[in-house]
Amino acid sequence: MLKIRNLHASVEGKKILKGINLEVNAGEVHAIMGPNGSGKSTLASVIAGKEEFEVTQGSIEFEGEDIDEASPEERAHKGVFLSFQYPVEIPGVSVTNFMKTAINESRKAKGLEDMPAKEMLKLIREKSEMLDIDRKFLSRSLNEGFSGGEKKRNEIFQMAMLEPKLSILDETDSGLDIDALRIVANGVNKLRSDDKATILITHYQRLLEYIIPDFVHVIHDGKIVKSGGKELALELEDKGYDWLKQEAAV
Amino acid sequence: MDLKDKLISSFMAFENNIDVEHSVHDIRTAAMKNFETRGFPSKKEENWKYTSLNSLQKTDFSIFPREENTLEYKDVKKYFIHEIDTYKIVFVDGIYSSYLSETTHDGVDICLMSAALTKPMYKQVIDVYFNKIASKDESLTSLNTAFSREGAYIYIPKNKMPKKPVEILHFATGNEASLMLQPRNLIVVEENAELQVIERHQSLTSNEVLTNSVTEIFAAKSAIVDYYKIQNDNSTASLIDNTYIDQKDKSVVKIHSFCFGGKLTRNNLNFYQNGEFIDSTLKGVTILGEKQHVDHHTLVHHKQPNCESHQDYKGIYGENSTGVFNGKIIVDKIAQKTDAFQQNNNILISDKATINSKPQLEIFADDVKCSHGCTIGQLDNEALFYLQTRGIPEKEARALLMYAFANNVLASVRIPELKTRINKLIAKKLGVNLGFDL
Repeated sequence: MLKIRNLHASVEGKKILKGINLEVNAGEVHAIMGPNGSGKSTLASVIAGKEEFEVTQGSIEFEGEDIDEASPEERAHKGVFLSFQYPVEIPGVSVTNFMKTAINESRKAKGLEDMPAKEMLKLIREKSEMLDIDRKFLSRSLNEGFSGGEKKRNEIFQMAMLEPKLSILDETDSGLDIDALRIVANGVNKLRSDDKATILITHYQRLLEYIIPDFVHVIHDGKIVKSGGKELALELEDKGYDWLKQEAAV
Repeated sequence: MDLKDKLISSFMAFENNIDVEHSVHDIRTAAMKNFETRGFPSKKEENWKYTSLNSLQKTDFSIFPREENTLEYKDVKKYFIHEIDTYKIVFVDGIYSSYLSETTHDGVDICLMSAALTKPMYKQVIDVYFNKIASKDESLTSLNTAFSREGAYIYIPKNKMPKKPVEILHFATGNEASLMLQPRNLIVVEENAELQVIERHQSLTSNEVLTNSVTEIFAAKSAIVDYYKIQNDNSTASLIDNTYIDQKDKSVVKIHSFCFGGKLTRNNLNFYQNGEFIDSTLKGVTILGEKQHVDHHTLVHHKQPNCESHQDYKGIYGENSTGVFNGKIIVDKIAQKTDAFQQNNNILISDKATINSKPQLEIFADDVKCSHGCTIGQLDNEALFYLQTRGIPEKEARALLMYAFANNVLASVRIPELKTRINKLIAKKLGVNLGFDL
């Protein structure tokens, strides 16, 4: 589904990604771990198409198509979704209206008519029930005054509504207490399927107790320095990141 | 002949058509004298530093329309908040249109200034209120006072509230090559009474219009006034709006200005708090493009203790548009426990747009809470990226963010249909169709 080859990216002339190779197939969950400043959030943003980051070398292929030049919205229309660590507040626009806009813009891009209102309501009901989201929540302004947990849950709700092929969750666990984490993880697990893939970006192993990854990659100084199965996350939890930094330095 | 000379000579013609024996006429002649002395304000004056009236003064405006013009309701329906029932005071080229209007004398007076200024039954109110809070010094207000004859007259007696909001609409037909209009409104809301007003100036052609309007609002003890100004005129129409508000104890007055159009718009909004426990609110959303210019000059004069004022102006400036926000707050020595808040936030979406924002605080009391803040910035790229990752194209994403930016001001609009209308105007101004009404 996603093939990243020798990806180099920089922002304002500063090199952040220095040769990332990653392949993600349908049905897989990949965890990308690493210390602060290692480049893991940058990788997420670059896959989603953030324009501030300049890809200087390498390529990103999604479903057999080179998406380097595509705008963030075009990537979204193709099925890439990025859940933000800090979702943006949009006063005056309800969650429901926001989702209507997002879904219909995607449909428009595909040459489809707007989704009929009835169908939209049905979809909203279905997904909000699946994720245990109170209907009242949906009429509130997007993310405005939401708690950390509510914001993250809302991200998962948007993901459920948009049904992306590839979901990238950037530090979804940060700032969540254990109950909120469990709710968010449950949502992600419910959305897992054989034709979809997930990339979890996280600093801690904690999230991976709830969402079991198929692969774990450790990123350091803009490169993936180690890949393995879910047990790698446990090893990191035990030893910290220092041993990898030393290994990478050798 | 420049505009000033033309106005001076027109005043003599004007006098031939009105009752010069009426006590109001002394007020008119004194005002004319002041205008003659002062003339139009120039950029040399601090208050007019960023707004030039030079080109308007060179335009050959007709001071009075040659004839009465009529309009069909269906042609102008869209300018009314027609989704709801309202009282309507409508003027076509400055002349009252009884056909388009719906006035009342049922417990309240919602009618015409021309009647109020001539009929004996209104004399008492006119003697007490007319030209009492409007400036006697400011030249454009004086100019309006000199020619005061027509406009809206609203009198709400104690404990009354009209059944529905009042719409004041001024249409310019363009039957004159260029026309100057000077409506004069007087609004008196007595103790514990309530009123909602929506005001709009609309030119219907590309012929030039200059409106120099004066509105006096008197809110007595515990009165509540909600006043909404929709300024979305053609790019050949200019408006100088002078609004003066006198507030007594515990009154609540809110003025919202929605400024999306016009060639040149100058809002002089002046609040005088002549009582205690008063609440004054001044809010505005400005979205301009092309070469449009707006100048918001606000004054809140805290003259008594324990009062509040809230100002919140949001501006979005694109293309070559220019904006000014000048917010003056005066807190007299006696006005202890004043709580004055002022906020002016601006977004420039073009390299060529400019905004001059200036808070002016003159505080003579020592136990007060006064805060002010002004920001000028661009849209947040991270927020834009967020919306794009949800599949929303850049243009629509920008519009959503701008809407969110202005939303605070809309939250306090108390007429839902008006709010919907404003939202549609905003969406139109931002050039987007989001699939739902903002």
